[in-house]
Amino acid sequence: MEEVPHDCPGADSAQAGRGTSCQGCPNQRLCASGAGATPDPAIEEIKEKMKTVKHKILVLSGKGGVGKSTFSAHLAHGLAEDENTQIALLDIDICGPSIPKIMGLEGEQYVEDNLGVMSVGFLLSSPDDAVIWRGPKKNGMIKQFLRDVDWGEVDYLIVDTPPGTSDEHLSVVQYLAAARIDGAVIITTPQEVSLQDVRKEINFCRKVKLPIIGVVENMSGFICPKCKKESQIFPPTTGGAELMCQDLEVPLLGRVPLDPLIGKNCDKGQSFFIDAPDSPATLAYRSIIQRIQEFCDLRQSEEENLINS
Amino acid sequence: MEAAAEPGNLAGIRHIILVLSGKGGVGKSTISTELALALRHAGKKVGILDVDLCGPSIPRMFGAQGRAVHQCDRGWAPVFLDREQSISLMSVGFLLEKPDEAVVWRGPKKNALIKQFVSDVAWGELDYLVVDTPPGTSDEHMATIEALRPYQPLGALVVTTPQAVSVGDVRRELTFCRKTGVRVMGVVENMSGFTCPHCTECTSVFSRGGGEELARLAGVPFLGSVPLDPELMRSLEEGHDFIREFPGSPTFAALTSIARKILDATPTYLP
Repeated sequence: MEEVPHDCPGADSAQAGRGTSCQGCPNQRLCASGAGATPDPAIEEIKEKMKTVKHKILVLSGKGGVGKSTFSAHLAHGLAEDENTQIALLDIDICGPSIPKIMGLEGEQYVEDNLGVMSVGFLLSSPDDAVIWRGPKKNGMIKQFLRDVDWGEVDYLIVDTPPGTSDEHLSVVQYLAAARIDGAVIITTPQEVSLQDVRKEINFCRKVKLPIIGVVENMSGFICPKCKKESQIFPPTTGGAELMCQDLEVPLLGRVPLDPLIGKNCDKGQSFFIDAPDSPATLAYRSIIQRIQEFCDLRQSEEENLINS
Repeated sequence: MEAAAEPGNLAGIRHIILVLSGKGGVGKSTISTELALALRHAGKKVGILDVDLCGPSIPRMFGAQGRAVHQCDRGWAPVFLDREQSISLMSVGFLLEKPDEAVVWRGPKKNALIKQFVSDVAWGELDYLVVDTPPGTSDEHMATIEALRPYQPLGALVVTTPQAVSVGDVRRELTFCRKTGVRVMGVVENMSGFTCPHCTECTSVFSRGGGEELARLAGVPFLGSVPLDPELMRSLEEGHDFIREFPGSPTFAALTSIARKILDATPTYLP
């Protein structure tokens, strides 16, 4: 029976194709030939392109449906409220590109003067078109997005990702390796079924040395619009994100409650902040966005100190 | 007529149902689990195959995480959940040494494992095999369908939530089904409304209408709406006996109706 290696040494490691765990791997020949060892020239090209991009933030989760795209979109909206800040939102979820819908861009490509969006969704002619691509082709698209899009002067580049820990995630980290990512924001819901995937995502970040800005617990409690009492639709039976963050020593950036207006606004492609400026969810978002900005500013000044010292 | 290819481990399975969605987090694993239980309740012998390599949720649904998986002479023995062996499962979750370890594999490696999974689990005789998939339309899905194709799956159940953003992704999944020749048995709308436990007001937390609209757009049957039930979720997470608690849930009626439709749509074979 063919064994699939669990301990892949990495396609670009010295052991690639030669390690004991490589025996029987479908990629063994390719790795052993040294093809993986030479760095992709695109990495340097992307580093050049990214020189005009001040901060890069990845929005991740191991789990699907926790609100990554909703969060990415609203992070972009929130940051773009300052007219002097240039924001770019890149959607690398190639199979399920939600960003165009959430940003109200189906059919158009313009949000605000200072907010630009890119997604494979824009390249599809019909809402029924399926992108049925295997890993290598998805990687190629991501490379193109990073290298060939003219980003210009950008203060924040937000990258929305699909669920999981696979090609897209490895590629975006690999291609941006030389360009320095500020960090990752990891989204979860309070349930253990989400947390169990998110722990894997945190381990993925540590494995690829991606700094973690913090975790956001989404869908954290629901206020009934009629009686105003709170219920837990997704009960935090194992302590929710708070306990996980304590255990894994990552910051909890905040908790966003479930507000039915969020879903409604995403369906209409509008910013939820405009429709419900006083919602507890809006307040939670704003506090989280501020913490993210503080993290990015701190990293920037740390880097500048390093350069100047 | 040419003899069929060597039967293998899937030969004893009468019907294979795929549970798909373009969108993550809509409840594919929950629906797969509930459907399997509803079919079992109707007297069928059911297996569940979880091919989500990055986020294998099925073991936990049954409190089976950490169960050991053994090799028998025909391949991997599935994990049985009850003495009568009326429900069995296989998931990559059982093969992970550390549950927090991420499976960070690129496409080709995932394809290889899925092929093994599909062909090397000794299911024995089953009435239904429910195959739970990860979100998307990529390597895992193509590998699963290619591996299952010789066994002529009954079809796919496509899961969405009511929101437009979910419908948007699931429309693409329906195209995927058309392109890969998978018959769509119907659309299931999950997370269809939440009933406040304090005042019984029902709120559409994730918008409304998406499931029916999707079924109409795609010209496929709308199989039903399944409401949000935090009590069931809580008992799932706390590792209570889901098999016993499920019949008490408001989701049970919805799933029983969906299972009935599937049973009615299943061709019966003359012995």
